[in-house]
Amino acid sequence: MNEQRPLTVPPKLEAARAGGLEADLKPRMEAQGLTVYYGKKVGVGNVSMPIYANRVTALIGPSGCGKTTFLRALNRMHDLTPVARVEGKALLDGQDIYAPGVDPVDVRRRIGMVFQKPNPFPTLTIYDNVIAGLKLLGVRRKNVLDEAVERSLQQAALWDEVKDRLRAPGMSLSGGQQQRLCIARALAVQPEVLLMDEPTSALDPISTQSIEDLMSELKKHVTVVIVTHNMQQAARVSDFTGYFLTGELVEFGPTSQVFTMPKDPRTEAYITGRFG
Amino acid sequence: MEPVQTRSIHVSQSPLYRALGDRLFVGAILVLCLLVIGIVLVMGWQLGSAGSEALAAFGFWGFLSGSTWDPVQNIYGAWPFILGTLLTSLGALALAFFPALAVAIFAVEYAPRWLGSALSYALELLASLPSVIYGLWGLFVLVPAVRAVQESVYFWAADYAPFLLPLLGNPIGIGMTSAVLVLAVMIIPFAATLAKDSIALVPAAQREAAYGLGATKWEVIRLAILPYARGGILAGVILALTRALGETMAVVMVIGNSNKLPFTLFGPATTIPSAVINEFGEAQGLQLSSLLALGFILFLISGALNLLAAWIVKRMSVEGRL
Amino acid sequence: MRPGGNLERRKLFDRFMLGLLILGSLLVVAPLVLVLGKVFLTGLSALNLAFFVEPYRPLDEGGGGLAHAIVGTLMMNLLALLIGGLLGLAGGILLSEYPDHPVNPFLRVISDLLNGLPALLKGLVIYTLFVIPMGRFTGLAGALALALVMVPIVLRATEGVLKLVPWSVREAGLALGLPRWRVILSLVLPSALPGVITGLMLGFARAAGEAAPLYFTAGGNLNLSFSLGDQVESLALTIYKYAGEPSPVRQEQAWAASLVLTLLVLAAGLLARWATRKR
Ligand SMILES: Nc1ncnc2c1ncn2[C@@H]1O[C@H](COP(=O)(O)OP(=O)(O)OP(=O)(O)O)[C@@H](O)[C@H]1O
Ligand SMILES: [Mg+2]
Repeated sequence: MNEQRPLTVPPKLEAARAGGLEADLKPRMEAQGLTVYYGKKVGVGNVSMPIYANRVTALIGPSGCGKTTFLRALNRMHDLTPVARVEGKALLDGQDIYAPGVDPVDVRRRIGMVFQKPNPFPTLTIYDNVIAGLKLLGVRRKNVLDEAVERSLQQAALWDEVKDRLRAPGMSLSGGQQQRLCIARALAVQPEVLLMDEPTSALDPISTQSIEDLMSELKKHVTVVIVTHNMQQAARVSDFTGYFLTGELVEFGPTSQVFTMPKDPRTEAYITGRFG
Repeated sequence: MEPVQTRSIHVSQSPLYRALGDRLFVGAILVLCLLVIGIVLVMGWQLGSAGSEALAAFGFWGFLSGSTWDPVQNIYGAWPFILGTLLTSLGALALAFFPALAVAIFAVEYAPRWLGSALSYALELLASLPSVIYGLWGLFVLVPAVRAVQESVYFWAADYAPFLLPLLGNPIGIGMTSAVLVLAVMIIPFAATLAKDSIALVPAAQREAAYGLGATKWEVIRLAILPYARGGILAGVILALTRALGETMAVVMVIGNSNKLPFTLFGPATTIPSAVINEFGEAQGLQLSSLLALGFILFLISGALNLLAAWIVKRMSVEGRL
Repeated sequence: MRPGGNLERRKLFDRFMLGLLILGSLLVVAPLVLVLGKVFLTGLSALNLAFFVEPYRPLDEGGGGLAHAIVGTLMMNLLALLIGGLLGLAGGILLSEYPDHPVNPFLRVISDLLNGLPALLKGLVIYTLFVIPMGRFTGLAGALALALVMVPIVLRATEGVLKLVPWSVREAGLALGLPRWRVILSLVLPSALPGVITGLMLGFARAAGEAAPLYFTAGGNLNLSFSLGDQVESLALTIYKYAGEPSPVRQEQAWAASLVLTLLVLAAGLLARWATRKR
């Protein structure tokens, strides 16, 4: 992939290292005082947190606390919402994606997104859905595309189920399969970061399982941020967890620490409440 | 949306009044609605039977394919009119399609709200201006301009490409070119409005899917929006075509009304509606029946296309796609 | 491998397509501006008092005005509004208030069909049904043809605005013990009244601009007549006839008539915007 810029070590990372984390930890992204306004209302305020490379970061918190809002700020999706306005910085490999001159189109290519509801392109086949992003990038060679389709579908744990009907419409799949198709579509362009907004909320336990299995496989190549309402899921799949409450990041740290000895009493209340 | 059950409610008025009132009301409404349905059925029947004399005299296919229309010998064939109708309508559709799609996309995807609704209003106006006004404007403004262009093309062709001349025809302004241009303007709003509506119905999730892949705005339109809205776009095209087929006054006023084959690009031509208007005054007997038979053909074509468009729109609204 | 080197080219293409879209939009708006501009400029200078109050006069007597056509247009359109409005309202009420009525699927198809059928054919049918048996053109036949033009417009508009009335309004009325027909007539229709009237206006304006169906039914008449039993003139018909006349006086009258019809259409359109915006 692309070469890394030299990084100034952010204070959060310093703290994480002091907490005895692995030494190879590098932030791929970092939010610095990120605030999103919807009109005058604050959707999420003054969030600073690192997103470590090749780790899964989970965002948890009660409904309406701003998880989706924060996630969409990480690949400039708010550019598309007329009322939304973003302040602060979101660094990708040390470069602010909101800096003037940075193209949101390029940002979104490098930072992929999977949405809460599966949204395959209804008129395209499974194959064409997967390569939709590559086509945009000008990739035309059949063998490259074939390879990308197989690789992405394998990564999304869908290959075995669809390899004999790649030319069937994407809509002919079940809901869980459609979501994995969307994951494959996002992976096909080889993003550096993958943002997932409650990707399993509409799925049955088996599909959920296969997507969770996918995470640990994925993080070898990709940095993953996942929003989830499911505490067990966050505990199972993530390495780091951020807890949001009413538009604020209340706590961020290694998942094991956040779940076993949270620093903030509000986090503890939420987690114990949830784990019962 | 189930209507509320009222049976259990006690009321001051007598049940007779209620039941009778409702019966009478529904009955009256129903009679009026059946009248509407009846009128349209009678329309088809009436045109068919009024034209049956001509269809019997020449045979259905004979009438359709006959290319002579001669009141002196009392021979009537519909082919020049059918051909002229198809050529002008398809030509107009070809000219209108891209501007209509462009304005639909622009109004929904790019224009700020005020401009979008201004464009919608412009389309509404364009659709509702009387066709005689388009005809008048065509005759006094468009035709002279078209004539000037035609003349320069004609003289250029005379010097450099004389083999084109029979294809071009006389550069007199009045004729096929002007009719196609006027028609194109008139049918744009029908294609554009349906396209606009169906583009506006494309779910945000589809746009976001494309944006999330790193698509530019145009790529989002091509990848997510146009495929999703294609049903509505197609329905709009069909609707626009039916408008073009049946458009009467504007075409009559600028097409030159000549049923002499072959038609040329510049020269005068004719269509089914303009033939009906033009010949109606003197028509008697078999000629009148032939005109009505032309009307019947038009009824069949535009009825079928209308139902097709309505069917597509209905499928579109249920499925969101075709 | 780092694909994405084509970004510059794609952005350029994005710009290019936006340019094309704007160009296409201009191509749509331009004819409207040209037509309206010409109608207003020429029409305004041709419009005068005589246009409204004087009937037809031969050219050597100054040409007169179009009072005969205005009277004819109003007479035929008002009668058509009565007939077509009633039929359209009934259809709209059936579709929206009795959504499960077995006739509805047919009615919907028929209304789509009627909406798309060329006005010319509506005139031809009235011609075969009424003019031939009666042996002459009449304003009555013209009004019937125009009613056919109005029905689908009024029907669709009525159905649309009635469906905007929330079901709770009907439920409230039914809960009071009002019979269904009273609920429709005294609660639903009044609360949708601006929209219903707009539909009628739109139908009226559309029909007023139709010339083709009148050609076979009303027949036209240069004399001022107040009877729908006579042949009757209309503004749209006059535009068609006068467009072909060499005399500039007649042509100016045609432009003035165009302006009047355009203003009618503009007013109906603005009214429709206003009535639907309030919701
Ligand atoms: N487009 C918008 N316009 C205005 N306010 C919005 C918009 N989207 C979200 N909000 C508001 O921003 C706040 C945060 O919403 P957000 O969707 O980020 O919550 P969330 O944590 O993702 O909730 P959930 O768990 O229910 O998905 C909420 O109060 C919401 O009402
Ligand atoms: Mg959310």
